[in-house]
Amino acid sequence: MVELERHEYDVVVVGAGGAGLRAAIAAHESGARTAVVCKSLLGKAHTVMAEGGIAAAMANLYPEDNWRVHFRDTMRGGKMLNHWRMAQLHAQEAPDRVRELEDWGALFDRTPDGLISQRDFGGHRYARLAHVGDRTGLELIRTLQQRTVALGIDVYMECTVTRLLTGAEGADGAGSVTGAFGYWRESGRFIAWRAPSVVLATGGIGKSYKVTSNSWEYTGDGHSLALRAGAGLVNMEFVQFHPTGMVWPPSVRGILVTESVRGDGGVLRNSAGNRFMFDYIPDFFRKETAETEAEADRWYDDKRNNRRPPELLPRDEVARAINSEVKAGRGSPHGGVFLDIATRRDAEYVRRRLPSMYHQFKELAEVDITAEAMEVGPTCHYVMGGVEVDPDTQASRVPGLFAAGEVAGGMHGSNRLGGNSLSDLLVFGRRAGLAAAEHALARGADRAELSEEELAGAARAALAPFEREGGENPYAVQQELQQTMHDLVGIIRTAPEVEQALERIAVLRERVAALSVEGHRQYNPGWHLALDLPHMLLVSECIARAALERQESRGGHTRDDFPATDPEWGRTNLVCSRAPDGSVALTRQPLPQMPSELAEVFEEVPA
Amino acid sequence: MSHQATFRVWRGDASGGELRTYTVEVNEGEVVLDVIHRLQATQAGDLAVRWNCKAGKCGSCSAEINGRPRLMCMTRMSTFGEHDTVTVTPLRTFPVVRDLVTDVSYNYEKAARVPAFTPRPRDPDGHHRMQQVDVERSQEFRKCIECWLCQDTCHVIRDHEENKRAFAGPRFLIRLAELDMHPLDVADRRAAAQDEFGLGYCNITKCCSEVCPEGIHLTDNGIIPLKERVVDRRFDPLTWLGSRIRRRAGS
Amino acid sequence: MTATAPRGTGSVDPRGGDGAARPGRAAIPARTLRTDRWWVQPLVTVAVLVLFIAYATFRAFQNAYYYESPYISPFYSPCITTRCEGDSFPEFFTGPAWISPAIYILVLPLGIRLTCYYYRKAYYRSFWLSPPACAVAEPHRRYTGETRLPLVGQNVHRYFLYAALLFNVILFYEAFRGFRDATGEWGHMGLGTLVLLVNAVLLFLYSVSCHSCRHIVGGRLNTFSKHPLQYRAWTAVSRLNARHMQYAWVSLFSVAFADFYVFLLATGTITDPQFF
Repeated sequence: MVELERHEYDVVVVGAGGAGLRAAIAAHESGARTAVVCKSLLGKAHTVMAEGGIAAAMANLYPEDNWRVHFRDTMRGGKMLNHWRMAQLHAQEAPDRVRELEDWGALFDRTPDGLISQRDFGGHRYARLAHVGDRTGLELIRTLQQRTVALGIDVYMECTVTRLLTGAEGADGAGSVTGAFGYWRESGRFIAWRAPSVVLATGGIGKSYKVTSNSWEYTGDGHSLALRAGAGLVNMEFVQFHPTGMVWPPSVRGILVTESVRGDGGVLRNSAGNRFMFDYIPDFFRKETAETEAEADRWYDDKRNNRRPPELLPRDEVARAINSEVKAGRGSPHGGVFLDIATRRDAEYVRRRLPSMYHQFKELAEVDITAEAMEVGPTCHYVMGGVEVDPDTQASRVPGLFAAGEVAGGMHGSNRLGGNSLSDLLVFGRRAGLAAAEHALARGADRAELSEEELAGAARAALAPFEREGGENPYAVQQELQQTMHDLVGIIRTAPEVEQALERIAVLRERVAALSVEGHRQYNPGWHLALDLPHMLLVSECIARAALERQESRGGHTRDDFPATDPEWGRTNLVCSRAPDGSVALTRQPLPQMPSELAEVFEEVPA
Repeated sequence: MSHQATFRVWRGDASGGELRTYTVEVNEGEVVLDVIHRLQATQAGDLAVRWNCKAGKCGSCSAEINGRPRLMCMTRMSTFGEHDTVTVTPLRTFPVVRDLVTDVSYNYEKAARVPAFTPRPRDPDGHHRMQQVDVERSQEFRKCIECWLCQDTCHVIRDHEENKRAFAGPRFLIRLAELDMHPLDVADRRAAAQDEFGLGYCNITKCCSEVCPEGIHLTDNGIIPLKERVVDRRFDPLTWLGSRIRRRAGS
Repeated sequence: MTATAPRGTGSVDPRGGDGAARPGRAAIPARTLRTDRWWVQPLVTVAVLVLFIAYATFRAFQNAYYYESPYISPFYSPCITTRCEGDSFPEFFTGPAWISPAIYILVLPLGIRLTCYYYRKAYYRSFWLSPPACAVAEPHRRYTGETRLPLVGQNVHRYFLYAALLFNVILFYEAFRGFRDATGEWGHMGLGTLVLLVNAVLLFLYSVSCHSCRHIVGGRLNTFSKHPLQYRAWTAVSRLNARHMQYAWVSLFSVAFADFYVFLLATGTITDPQFF
């Protein structure tokens, strides 16, 4: 038997961001013995980085707002590629999920009536984002964290899951989840959980890109674990580049500048001082976008009679526009464009509404955003693609495996609207937790033992980098992968470039198989990275393969060689799965058909 | 624009360790964490450091830089001279795991003891109503990113390991203050603050406020008001009498 | 359970505190690795406070040169014995001649400053070195803070505040009486009047900016929106409270200066410039 620490639960949640914690709370409250496993300390997950707010049609400021409008905005933002059922559930349930946070201690900013205040964001028809200044993610995670602790849910901190256990192949219940295997980052010792339900809530993949707003945790390990366990990944070609990341100084390149800057009145200008977004309004959004600066400026105070400023188009549009301006030589000195709120709002307003942006620029770039414009440019922010799940239960193809949050796919289609990720976490985190608990409790005592062979295999794989000597250092491989994805599978893609990326990834895979790490197992970041790299490579390959296959431009996927949006592709999803030989297989799958009563929403709501 | 800087980094674990000197490249605009990462990638692949967001939002990369508790990601290299030696050591107050990583479980143990938020019921229409002025005080404390720098600098536990049992540290005193000032919360945490969380140990020397990367006024806005609230209940005969009379009149 | 990896170390270890590294903690022998001049601030605090205390003690026991019509030194105000010079405050009783009238009242200003949340920080750091500066080890083996007698008594601060507010009224009254000339005729003003007035204002600001005051006027409430008047008071006091440290020092200097000015007048060293 492999020497390891063993635990038993009904539900094991991998990841302690918003989705993971919400799932754990739901599972616990359904009576399941629940554990949360997270790579960092509790409360440090990437959710803390979310700034703007939680999109929910609570109608606290605009009584006209309701779930149908939110549903419509979400679908249109995703260029109709979203799974309609997820978008529907999301829009319907988000308000309740936000209100329940208040019962757990969250303190949102208020309207004059004492209700939860809501702010404007790109792609949303009405001011809809419940927020706390520009640190909403922190509020969300702290609230869920404190709730988790108050409920007494077990949390395994600084503990990395390296494999999902699915039993010996071909055996009873082939491929259904039996548990998970991982190691304590601190001691390097192995640990295994036996559990009939595992919820993946591991977030995204941004660390495969050079310029990203994501932290080191975003290695795509959840995507990769699911794929290896037999689940499918849908929509992987859609990677969101947030239009406004910091560009200077180099060490902070990619750090997010919240969309609230634009929601609260900030505008984008090129080096000539022009508000260039007026030149980039796509036909799809022309009816609902202001044509003149005067109209755009009036909109902030009078939304009923004016159309929204083009700065608040969905993120994919804005990111592409910035990219074009920079390429045309109208960029800022450090290769971005200017985001100006200083000349548009007074200093006191900026400091009150955007305290952490003020702080971030002051501390990291020595820029006072109440006096000067910020330099911003696109940064890899979010992957729309993820584990293919059932919309109501978040169950994957693999029995017992659930996914929620960024690691799940389908909800956001080809492009996510700002604010929809936090609501996604809450709505589908809860649904995943409930379904996972139900799945586990329905099984009763009938639970498969962990396969010793499988555990031994997982342990062997984890220790392999120590066995090899004289190999390459993992940091070099990581940097090359990041550079490859940035250069060849970035915002704008072409077939030859993506093909070249796939070749390089194949080479990198061989290098990863040969690399070695120094030191021992105790808190060894080199080793941790060596174990993360195969995940990053696998996910990068999925992105590249899907990007090569989809011969059109849509949302977070822009092909220079196929610049048009193709209605045929608008009915097709791409799903990655693992072929028997271990390679990535790609299949086309028809988009789920929206029922007619929902399709009506797109006619009934005025643009 | 880059130069070679001299770094002294503490390497070791609970069984012992030392400050090791490195010469490392520093580029314009970089922060201490960038330099530590460069050391990892080029000279010390197994140098242990805890970090996440690198944007001052998650509070993971806490360490002591030239003896002062700070976030490595928010300490710009331009604050030092090119010829200064920069010393980076792990948080002193907590047991070291390895190199710059410490065992901060003390904080999670204390967090688990905080009496949970206890809201009053919602209004009949399902909303909670609060004004902005009502939420602002507690919102300040909810800015806390749990970097544990206040816990690290607090001499009550930094210099007196034995006090860890009776004293929860500034982070959890402001957490209690946050809950006590929360407009929806109906629980009274004053007795617990004094008896279980060691509010009396604090001698308001304000180091917690000095190190807070979020600029939270822990002492002035959190701990002192909490002390005053405890005085209302424990040490002030007038307010005690007043509350008795009011309660009688109200009932 | 919120757990990191299981481990032998990290449990709470009941041992004495002297700043030395303990098993489990990183073995760093230096008391501090701070490279700045962290000792300057406590040193300056000690120097200034010692000077003030020396001066105040000398003046309090001197029992002379504290009155020069129409001004009375704030050290002797309110002067409540029949042995007081001048026609100041209502005289309540006659004490032994060798006791200076200052002694009867000194305990109150001393009390508010001793229990003041700002001065506590200042003297715990600079006199008691607990800690001398942030992240600099303190020299004591044990530390119990304000959990037991006598330091638990710091919690009576608000009673000293009430007394101090009473004193503030008296100081204004005395300053107001400065609008007389040396013969007692009203409608005049000299530099001394201004000195006493400024001193009274600064001492008042020091009192109302205090943390206890901030709590009493509104800080104890949880829903400000239901108590708009108290909220406004709290907001105003909060604004002053942010400068409590400055008021603490400036009022300390002003009270010493006001006394010294009266001393100079009473000894005949200078004469009071009259404005009108």
